[in-house]
Amino acid sequence: MKFDIDDVTVYFPYDNIYPEQYSYMVELKRALDAKGHCLLEMPTGTGKTIALLSLITSYVLSKPNSPLKLLYCTRTVHEMEKTLAELRLLHEYQLRHLGPAARILALGLSSRKNLCVNSRVLTAENRDSVDAGCRKLTASWVRALAAENPSVPSCEFFEQYERAGSSAVLPPGVYTLQDLRVFGKEKGWCPYYLARHMVQFANVVVYSYQYLLDPKVAGIISKEMQKESVVVFDEAHNIDNVCIEALSVSVRRQTIEGARRNLTRMRQEIDKFKATDAGRLRAEYNRLVEGLALRGDLPATDAWLANPALPDDILKEAVPGNIRRAEHFIHVLRRLVQYLEGRLDTENVEKESPVSFVVSVLNHAGIDQKSLKFCYDRLHSLMMTLEITDTDEFLHIQTICDFATLIGTYARGFSVIIEPFDERMPHIPDPVLQLCCHDASLAIKPVFERFQSVVITSGTLSPIDLYPRLLNFNPVVSRSFTMSLTRDCICPMVLTRGSDQLPVSTKFDMRSDLGVVRNYGRLLLEMSSVVPDGIVCFFVSYSYMDGIVNTWNENGILKEIMQHKLVFIETQDVVETTLALDNYRKACDCGRGAIFFSVARGKVAEGIDFDRHYGRLVIMFGVPFQYTLSKILLARLEYLRDTFQIKEGDFLTFDALRQAAQCVGRVIRSKADYGMMIFADKRYSRHDKRSKLPSWILSHLHDAHLNLSTDMALHIAREFLRKMAQPYDKTGGTGKKTLLSQEDLQKMVISGMDDMMF
Amino acid sequence: MSSGQVVKRVKYKATVKDPGTSGVLKLTQEKFVFKPNDPTSNNKLDVEFRFIKSHKHTKEGSGKPPWLNLTHAQGSYIFELESFADLHVCRELVGIALSKHVQVEATKVISEEQLSSAEMTLRIKLLQEDSKLQRLHKELVASGKLTESEFWATKKKLLDQDESRKLKQRIGFKNSLIFDTKPMSDGRINQVKFQLTPEIKYQIFTLKPAVHQAFLNFVPSKMNEVDFWNKYFKAEYLHSTKNAVAAAAEAAEDEDLAVFLKDDEILEIEARKKVRRVDPTLDMEADQGDDYTHLPDHGIFRDGSKEISEAQNSLYKRTLLQDLNRQGAVVLEGKTLDMEMENPRTVAEILARRKQESDEVLGDERQNRISKMTPIEDLQSQDDHRYAPLCIKDPRDYFDFQQANAVKTLDDSQPGMEQMICSLGSEEAYGSLRASISKIQATGLRDPLFSPEVALKVLHGLTKNISSSKYHLGKTSQESVLDILPNTTKEKLLDHWVCSQELLRHFWSSYPVTTQNLVNKTRRLKDSISQIYSKLEEIKVSAQSDLRHQVSLVVHPMQQALDAALLHYDADIRKRNARGSKSNGYV
Repeated sequence: MKFDIDDVTVYFPYDNIYPEQYSYMVELKRALDAKGHCLLEMPTGTGKTIALLSLITSYVLSKPNSPLKLLYCTRTVHEMEKTLAELRLLHEYQLRHLGPAARILALGLSSRKNLCVNSRVLTAENRDSVDAGCRKLTASWVRALAAENPSVPSCEFFEQYERAGSSAVLPPGVYTLQDLRVFGKEKGWCPYYLARHMVQFANVVVYSYQYLLDPKVAGIISKEMQKESVVVFDEAHNIDNVCIEALSVSVRRQTIEGARRNLTRMRQEIDKFKATDAGRLRAEYNRLVEGLALRGDLPATDAWLANPALPDDILKEAVPGNIRRAEHFIHVLRRLVQYLEGRLDTENVEKESPVSFVVSVLNHAGIDQKSLKFCYDRLHSLMMTLEITDTDEFLHIQTICDFATLIGTYARGFSVIIEPFDERMPHIPDPVLQLCCHDASLAIKPVFERFQSVVITSGTLSPIDLYPRLLNFNPVVSRSFTMSLTRDCICPMVLTRGSDQLPVSTKFDMRSDLGVVRNYGRLLLEMSSVVPDGIVCFFVSYSYMDGIVNTWNENGILKEIMQHKLVFIETQDVVETTLALDNYRKACDCGRGAIFFSVARGKVAEGIDFDRHYGRLVIMFGVPFQYTLSKILLARLEYLRDTFQIKEGDFLTFDALRQAAQCVGRVIRSKADYGMMIFADKRYSRHDKRSKLPSWILSHLHDAHLNLSTDMALHIAREFLRKMAQPYDKTGGTGKKTLLSQEDLQKMVISGMDDMMF
Repeated sequence: MSSGQVVKRVKYKATVKDPGTSGVLKLTQEKFVFKPNDPTSNNKLDVEFRFIKSHKHTKEGSGKPPWLNLTHAQGSYIFELESFADLHVCRELVGIALSKHVQVEATKVISEEQLSSAEMTLRIKLLQEDSKLQRLHKELVASGKLTESEFWATKKKLLDQDESRKLKQRIGFKNSLIFDTKPMSDGRINQVKFQLTPEIKYQIFTLKPAVHQAFLNFVPSKMNEVDFWNKYFKAEYLHSTKNAVAAAAEAAEDEDLAVFLKDDEILEIEARKKVRRVDPTLDMEADQGDDYTHLPDHGIFRDGSKEISEAQNSLYKRTLLQDLNRQGAVVLEGKTLDMEMENPRTVAEILARRKQESDEVLGDERQNRISKMTPIEDLQSQDDHRYAPLCIKDPRDYFDFQQANAVKTLDDSQPGMEQMICSLGSEEAYGSLRASISKIQATGLRDPLFSPEVALKVLHGLTKNISSSKYHLGKTSQESVLDILPNTTKEKLLDHWVCSQELLRHFWSSYPVTTQNLVNKTRRLKDSISQIYSKLEEIKVSAQSDLRHQVSLVVHPMQQALDAALLHYDADIRKRNARGSKSNGYV
């Protein structure tokens, strides 16, 4: 359908639209017009992504002269694929209606591991080995060697891409990672470098959060994006955690040992070069006197992860004299490693501010703050000079330098915490020195400053006023939409008791109680005999899930459950989890029915949809609080209290409930879909907890459903499923319209927008 | 035993719960006779073995008394014997008797055409399942009106259906593999028991490819089968103790044992292959490629949300969760082979071959991955539906309407009316209606479709029926004429109805008559048709006077149909006799 919002004609690939999608677009357009940032919460299952894509692409189409570009950030690669698939649908529609004028170039960007087509490189296990494998074939000095000596292996895809030169371009269209690989294979061009190159010209780029937020990657990938870009962070409810993680580093015993090995190896390399090619080292020295090794003039293939500090904080000046010479630098690093090892060797938990840590580094190891700050770039330069290609071997020393640079750069918003062992396993010594960031606004600040509009959107951003404080920005639009429903297609329930009327909870003192475990088991068992197709269960942590499943196995509940449905489980192994998910879907597709056990805050909860028959019921076992004894969490809470006046308890509840809401929100994808959500913990019945849930869930949570026992919940489930099986009128019938056609929209625009607000 | 007769003291039970009547059971190869001790009891039995379908018995040591269970069509006879020794004697004899009987039956039926035993059992099963069919079969085939093959020729569909159903519904694995294949320990003594049937071996092989591989490698070259399974279950036991350290120690000592204790490499390789084929919107492995914060030692390492894993000995620690996932996958995949699993060696080999084949078919292509993006359902246009979307404003109304519809379709299935099934869109229908109306407007109705006389006659005929039956019926729509007839007449009528339909079907399907066989068949059929005709006549006459009219109304269409057949037969005979010479392949 096609309709106008003020001066923009919006092309929407479906024949109908939800009213809230329309309002969402109106708000979004206001933000774009104002060239400001915005914060939009809209329930899952109302087609956020397609509304967003439609509006922005249409906005660009209506202003052909504006160089507006869309940078769409997703949490995960599979969300990237989903987004691109929706974009393709939209693009085809626009092409049908506008012809070639609507042509755009849209592509997904990911790491070499997901884009490489060179079978030799791909055999490597993890991302870093693939990166290193690629570098071994494509680094500038390797290629120079290969040009002289044909027996030196090189990558044929990259060579052909280089040979094609400027004619190596992607024709307009929408490219998923898969499409890029196919295209690359066909043409014989390296898809990774092709995509990296085309990002500058693309109208829409879909990539991971980290390509904008993590300075290590953003420095390389997103450096050249123009200011006139709209940046979208989808599923952004966890964005503060991503931000603080991007700036955190931890050092363990293994790191220290690895770094020592790396230093020895570099020392040997230096000696070798001294004997054979001393000029090289001298040249490097001269370059460093003039200024930093500017990455701009390096060939793309030599680029490595960038400086972990933010671009604005990096000084544009010469590297300090005491680390200019290679051997001196190695020596400085040795001292630093030595010092860190000494600090690791502690009996008690220590917490320190960055400033005092830097002072003690100076006192004990004689390294000043400025040298620390330059560590990372100095290391990078040295590795280039030494022509080291197996970078995956050098991750440890890289970590040390990351740490040094970060601690040398930031004086506030961080703390250094040294723990001799894990609280939960005090008998195993595993000392760790962590530099943790507490201030989410640090990492995202350059994004807000650089780009004209940043859109932060998710299904759960409640309370919506908290995010601007956490991220320290001023949105021009900040709205939370509710969902207009044709029928009550979601059925949230709070289950507080088992059939025996004993309370259930995952509170620390209750969680291992056999009665609670059994009641949880009976709940799942009863539900599995009533609910068709898929059921998803979320637990508060892996260890809890592991424990409870084992107990269910021992007392036979698991066997009974499995008489009704197949059981699949998220494990810490992603490959296994992926396969389990795949099998789960197959089981739901073929009618066998299945249960998926998963973990709140886990990978599955972050991005996998359990829409339609893939999830008719979600059970959230317990409240997914963070591990409150964690020193890092305590430090962060303290920082939040001091800086933003956010109370600890409030933040913890907010964090737990956004996770819970996120988990249960996975079941619904459209208004034609339906699903039940069970919050199985007595604590959910308390008002202070419950009220933190997003309003679209709260509005469906009847008072009668706030304090249920298993048998009552079972009864409600039966009723609900029967009701949902009846045919219904999709457009909302006589009451408020919940599905608008093109005529409805036109009428509405004429009659004014009064009844449109959601 | 060789004398073919066994006499035992038993208790006869009609049901499992029945306390039983004690008496004497006499078994011969043809039949068994049960005489109760109490001569007044009416639980006497004298049954021939041909009525017995199968026999079961309780197992020694299962805690149940020695029961012999002979199943017949309606239920079963249960005899409780005095000891298991007696049971074995009886069982043997019953076995012989039953097998003999089956043979006899089989040879009897195969007389005409060579049938596979599977087909035979299928037919027997069909007859047993459907009592109506059985009666029909008895009536037509047993009396020689139709031959066996002729009878089944029109029931092809039934046979086929069963065939296809059987193919589709293969028995899969139970969703409790991992429990079934676990060794059991009773907890009191230091002893582990395990049960091992070919089925369980097969399950273990599919569940754990490494064990399968090891079996192929070790047995029988390195160790014998018993040793192999002993080792396997020892490893299983070590797993179940969850003592990773002990497992590691044992594995270090015994390299064969290590095979079972280590993670399954084959599974891992397979997993890596499979993960390339999954829907990219599910592929979480790909995320790792973009995850730069979790470089080793980056990000927040210990904030409680990450789990602690013990790196040591993780090699020997297979978790229940992994097992569950594996089991789910195996159950979903289903059984790949359907065969007697006598020799584990052959099972293992076949399994290996199958696996190879399927691997080849699947290939590994990352290219073939398709992302399944489902558009939002209810936003899409509904125009492409051929029918207006169902919209229920008032559920009560809807229900009543549906009810009425159901009744109507029931009526439609009555003979004489034909249902036209049209697949016209409403627009097409409307269009053609408009076209014909405008045509009539232009040209006028020149000649009516029917002559008025015929129309009047039809109308008359129809209304006459209505008016006459209205008196008795018409109070409720479900009531039918048949209900007011006496039961015997009703049943007879229905029987004849079914029978005549069957005969007519055969009759009409044998035209044109091209072979001598068909000539004979039609003659036979004609005779039986005229028999039925006269029987119907009898029913009509014998009916009570007040019902006679109703009966004749019911019988009339049947007789008409039979009449038509007879007429056709006569006409055909006349025609062929007139032609005299045989030409064009006519006999």
